[in-house]
Amino acid sequence: MTSLKTLHLKTYLMIAVMIVAGPLGNVFLAKGMKHGGALSIWPPSALYQTALNVFASPSIWLGVASLITFFVAYMLVLSWADYSFVQPASSLAYGVVALLGYLMLGERVSPLRWAGIAVICVGVFIVGRTDPRTTAHETPERL
Amino acid sequence: MRDIILFTLIVAAGTGGELCVSRAMKVVGEATSFHPIEIAKVILRALRVPWMWLGVAMMAIAFFALLGALSLYNVSFVVPVTALSYVAGAFGGVAFLRERVSPQRWLGVLLVAIGVTLVFLGKS
Repeated sequence: MTSLKTLHLKTYLMIAVMIVAGPLGNVFLAKGMKHGGALSIWPPSALYQTALNVFASPSIWLGVASLITFFVAYMLVLSWADYSFVQPASSLAYGVVALLGYLMLGERVSPLRWAGIAVICVGVFIVGRTDPRTTAHETPERL
Repeated sequence: MRDIILFTLIVAAGTGGELCVSRAMKVVGEATSFHPIEIAKVILRALRVPWMWLGVAMMAIAFFALLGALSLYNVSFVVPVTALSYVAGAFGGVAFLRERVSPQRWLGVLLVAIGVTLVFLGKS
């Protein structure tokens, strides 16, 4: 039986990994897709050529690696914490993605957008103070 | 029209995929340690759950739609728009996974949604 304190600690640790690796992955993907130019997906030969171009970009693979890291952390945390806890808690990632987009890609982020990010953080703080698990863990006879 | 299809795919397939993965992980059970062998065992157990495959397929669709959207718009615009999935996620957690969401947590989710809306409106 895992103690509640350990449960909280490892939950927050995994969420920290998620909110760094997830946005980093998105920013790398964005970087890779910006180099590809216009995307043609029809006829299939054009789609094939587009796919070749996209997956020839190192940024895309860095992005995929980051997102896999994110996904493993996500799977692990979902094995003990509720989805409706994990998803809102990981929304700090929206702040991180805007920050990284601004710092790494030079994107212009308007004041209104930053204000929205601040509101998101307040929401995340409130959500983070609720209990990570509300359902009892039992054997999977429900399937 | 192309934009609506792309963002709907990202939100709907992404949220649906996450719900399926979450359901699969509830079946797999709690990861008891972060030892690589234990993590590998959890992943192997997860791959035997059909919900996991359905979830991964939906997330793959969402991924390619995301690539398409990122080729058209800034990442600091695309990712906040995909946060529309918070609304879908909270309701999905209740309906699909039978999770209880406290009023306090609903308030947090609501604030997050308002913030996401502001981010969306701040498209310069």
